[in-house]
Amino acid sequence: MPTKIEKDTLSGRETTGHEWDGLKELNTPLPRWWLYTFAACCLCALVLVLLLPSIPYGSGYFHGLLGLSSRATVAADVKAMEAQRGIFMDKIKTMPIEQVKQDPQLLAVATAAGRIAFATNCQPCHGPGGEGRIGYPNLADDTWLWGGKLADIQQTITYGIRSGHEKARNSTMPAFGALGVLKPEQIEAVADYVWSAFYGHAEAGADLAKGRALFVENCAVCHGDNGEGKRDVGAPPLKSAVHLYDDTRAAVVTQITNPHLGVMPTWERRGNNTGLDAATIKSVALYVHALGGGE
Amino acid sequence: MFKFRQDTIEKNAILLLVLTVITVAIGGIVEIVPLFTIETTVEHVKGIRPYSPLELAGRNIYVREGCYLCHSQQIRTLKDEVERYGHYSLAAESMYDRPFQWGSKRIGPDLARVGGKYSSDWHYGHLNYPQSLVPESLMPRYAFLAATRLDYGLIERHMATQRLLGVPYTDAEIANARQDLLAQANAQDDQDALVKRYPKAVAVPGQPGFPSEMDALVAYLQVLGTMVDFADVGVEKLQQ
Repeated sequence: MPTKIEKDTLSGRETTGHEWDGLKELNTPLPRWWLYTFAACCLCALVLVLLLPSIPYGSGYFHGLLGLSSRATVAADVKAMEAQRGIFMDKIKTMPIEQVKQDPQLLAVATAAGRIAFATNCQPCHGPGGEGRIGYPNLADDTWLWGGKLADIQQTITYGIRSGHEKARNSTMPAFGALGVLKPEQIEAVADYVWSAFYGHAEAGADLAKGRALFVENCAVCHGDNGEGKRDVGAPPLKSAVHLYDDTRAAVVTQITNPHLGVMPTWERRGNNTGLDAATIKSVALYVHALGGGE
Repeated sequence: MFKFRQDTIEKNAILLLVLTVITVAIGGIVEIVPLFTIETTVEHVKGIRPYSPLELAGRNIYVREGCYLCHSQQIRTLKDEVERYGHYSLAAESMYDRPFQWGSKRIGPDLARVGGKYSSDWHYGHLNYPQSLVPESLMPRYAFLAATRLDYGLIERHMATQRLLGVPYTDAEIANARQDLLAQANAQDDQDALVKRYPKAVAVPGQPGFPSEMDALVAYLQVLGTMVDFADVGVEKLQQ
């Protein structure tokens, strides 16, 4: 405690009253403007305590006179956003997808909405232009695994492929090598045939008859006698310029031996509010359809 | 007579220290204690369960590799985030996270609801070489995770420690930890017992007999944010 406040003879100011080994400290009070600002801040804090959620008591807390809640605010924001979009999206939601395509205004909205949803959700696998990656189909060409009509695309997006959804597109290619259906040399023979007849890399002097016979026996039921594929079961056309699992002979052998079975998640609104609503799915389908390969 | 004056405190370092700690602690206590007493701090929602052994191991890989330095796990109550990532995160969703992985850096996307957004194959490919799928990505490659056998020798003790911290693992869950872990790491295996103990657990297509660190990490990523079904949770119920 200050014990001896006195006037400093040199400066004419008061000391604080503290003394340490003969040293005394001049008292320099806080400037008035600072004190007033400080008091004003305290007053503001008091007002905010009253307005905003603040004082806790036992199992609850004082919610504030404004009743603000960030969770209620975001719920209202989302509702307002949906109401605003609803002008068009509600129509897109209820109208059959073919009809949306006929309406220029709705189509413009759907394409714009579809482009954004595609960039957020589909691009990581299919690429920014839908050009695909190894193992993830190109969406901009006219080769389709499960069909390239608007309704087909819509269904694929909604339920996914081997996604676990009960309505998902589902099929299995047997692991001809891993299960021992074909011996390694038979797989090589089939690969020779596929590589030559469908991939267009004819090798001089190769004997394709054996491979062709094995192909007809084992593969043609899904991939077609002429490698045209079968969309009911998502069997890719082999006679195509685009190949899902890399354009190498080794990839053909791997695929026959122990095939990759691609998975696409379901995009129907999921329980945790991820995924897409029905109107957005239609929009994405319209966008994908217009990438270049739509049927 | 002993006089308690400022001089006394200033001239006694220990006393000064003790009184300083008490004064500073009051600020902390006033902020922290109410979070334990207020009933709505952690929402009462269904579906939150402790991590399965493989997910827990994957979570450790996530922490070890410092994923939280670039990825947050916290969807804020903002329209744009809810629009992009799904429902905002709840406190309840990280109640068994010790420590939680909310993070604060957002160099990569938020991962709070990444579960189910991509196929497991995609995660393997992406962790292996992110730029093969997302050319503009800044993420480093984690191919070594697939080549590293997962060390799960201490998984039971790890679960027991988590239980000590308040995660409600049952004796049966701890006793079956290895079985569950290996089943989840091999999608070909029977998953019934695992899914019964840990609903919504996603089995990953690992190599049989070689549970890798990547298997564990993918299993963890695939469960993130999927536990709560918001269809039966009203907005009122989420008001804190």
